[in-house]
Amino acid sequence: MADKQYIYQVARIRSKEMELLTGQNIQQLLASDSYDSCLRVLSDRGWDVSSGDADTILAIQRQNTWALMEELVEDISVFDVFLYQNDFHNLKAAIKQVCTQEHFQDIYIPDGTVEPQQIEQAVSQRDFGALPPRMQKAAQEAFTALLRTGDGQLCDVIIDSACLAAILQAGRDSGDALILAYAELTVAAADIKTAVRCQRTGKELDFLKRALVPCDSLDAAQLAAAAADSEEAIYSYLERTAYAPGVEALRQSSAAFERWCDDLMMQRIRPQLHNAFTIGPLAAYILARENEEKTVRIILSGKKNHLDESAVAERVRDMYV
Amino acid sequence: MSNMGIVFAILGAALAALLAGAGSAVGVGMTGEAAAGVVTEDPSKFGKVLLLQLLPGTQGIYGLLIAFMTLSQIGVLGGSAEMSLAKGLMYFAACLPMAIVGYWSAIRQARVSVAGIHMVSKKPDQMGKGMIFAAMVETYAILALLVSLLAVTGIGGLNI
Repeated sequence: MADKQYIYQVARIRSKEMELLTGQNIQQLLASDSYDSCLRVLSDRGWDVSSGDADTILAIQRQNTWALMEELVEDISVFDVFLYQNDFHNLKAAIKQVCTQEHFQDIYIPDGTVEPQQIEQAVSQRDFGALPPRMQKAAQEAFTALLRTGDGQLCDVIIDSACLAAILQAGRDSGDALILAYAELTVAAADIKTAVRCQRTGKELDFLKRALVPCDSLDAAQLAAAAADSEEAIYSYLERTAYAPGVEALRQSSAAFERWCDDLMMQRIRPQLHNAFTIGPLAAYILARENEEKTVRIILSGKKNHLDESAVAERVRDMYV
Repeated sequence: MSNMGIVFAILGAALAALLAGAGSAVGVGMTGEAAAGVVTEDPSKFGKVLLLQLLPGTQGIYGLLIAFMTLSQIGVLGGSAEMSLAKGLMYFAACLPMAIVGYWSAIRQARVSVAGIHMVSKKPDQMGKGMIFAAMVETYAILALLVSLLAVTGIGGLNI
C-alpha cells in the first residue's frame, strides 16, 4: 500500500477539501444566535440539513465520506483501523446485552467493519470464531469475565485494551506513516486518559497494567507505576515524553485534554495537504471529516441546549483546512 | 564487425525515441490521472488542467526529433547507410543526453505538474504559477535536446 500511487484519488480529495469547514466557518457557527441559524450556515456549506436533526445530519455527512472512499479506493479495508473502535464498542454492548439477558434499543453503532447483528449472534451463540481474529480472544475473555464476576468495568478494560492493541497493530501493518501516527496517538491518548481516570478512582497497579496498552511513544509500565502513585507522578512522567505540551490541558480537565489530542492529530495530518501521491491525503480527509463532525456536534448540541458561547468555544477543535 | 557502426547509430536513435517517449508516456499518464480527478469534481477546470497535463509530453517529441535526425544523418531514411564503428559509437553517444535526460525529466516534470493540477483544483487563478514550476524542469530537457541535436548534426561532417 505504501508504494501504490493514488494520483487520481488525491486529485479528487483536493477538490473535496474545499468543502471542509474552515476555522472561519466554525466561528460563524459559534456566533450563530440559534440552532436554526447554525443549520443555515451548514446548508450554505453544502450540508444536507433537511432533516433538522443533528444526529441525522451528521450521519449523512459520515455516509457521504465513506461512500466517497468506497468509490475511490478498491480495497476499503485499508481504512478499517478508523472503525475498530465502533466494532469493539458493539462487542462490548453485545456481551453486556447477552449476559444481562435483556434487550436494549439503539446500543450499537452502525458504522463498523463487522455488522452489529453478526457480533450479537456470535456472542449469543458463544461462537467467537465467527468474529474477526482481532476480536475473538477479547470477546471470549470479556464474556467469561462478565459471567463469572459480573464486573462490567473488567469487561470494558479487556475489550478496550484489545481494541487499542488492534488499532496499533493495524497502524504498524499499514505501511503508511499517517495511519501509524493515528494509531500511535490514539493508543497513547487512551492510555493517558485511562491512567488519570484509574488514579482518581484509586485502582491497583495490576488493574492499571492490564488496562494500559504499550506503544512506542509511552512506556506503559512507567505510566502504570506513576498512576498507582499519584496524579502529580503521572504529570511528571508525561513531562518527559512527547506529550509534555498536553499536561497543562490534562490538569484543566479530560475534555481539554481530548481537545488537545484532537488538535495534535490535525497538526500531524496537515502536511498531507501537500502530499500528491500516497493514500495519506485520503486517510487525512477521513480524520478531518471526523474532527469536523465532532466539532459540529458540540456546537449544535450547545445551541440546542442554549449553552453559553464561551463554554462551547472551549470545546471546539482546530480544523484541518 | 564492419557493420557495427550502423548498428550502434540505430541503437542510439532507438534509445532516444524509446526512453524519452517512455518517460513522457508515464508522465502524461500521471498528470492525466490527476487531471481526471479534478475534472470529476469540477468539469469547468478541464481547459486549465489539460495544459498542465500536456507538459511532460514534450520530451517524447524531442526524442522523436533526435531519432529522426539521427536516422536521416546516417542514411537509413535514404542514401548510403555505411559508417565506421567509431562514427556509429559517436552517434550512439550523441543520442544519450536526450534519451536519459528525456526519460527522467518527463517523470519529474509530471510530479510537478500533478502538484500544479492540485493547486489549480483549489486556486484556479494560480494556473500560471503551476505551469512555470513545471516549465523549470523542461529547461533540462531542452538543454539535452540541444546537445544531442548539435552532436548528431555535427558528427556527419567529421572525417572518421
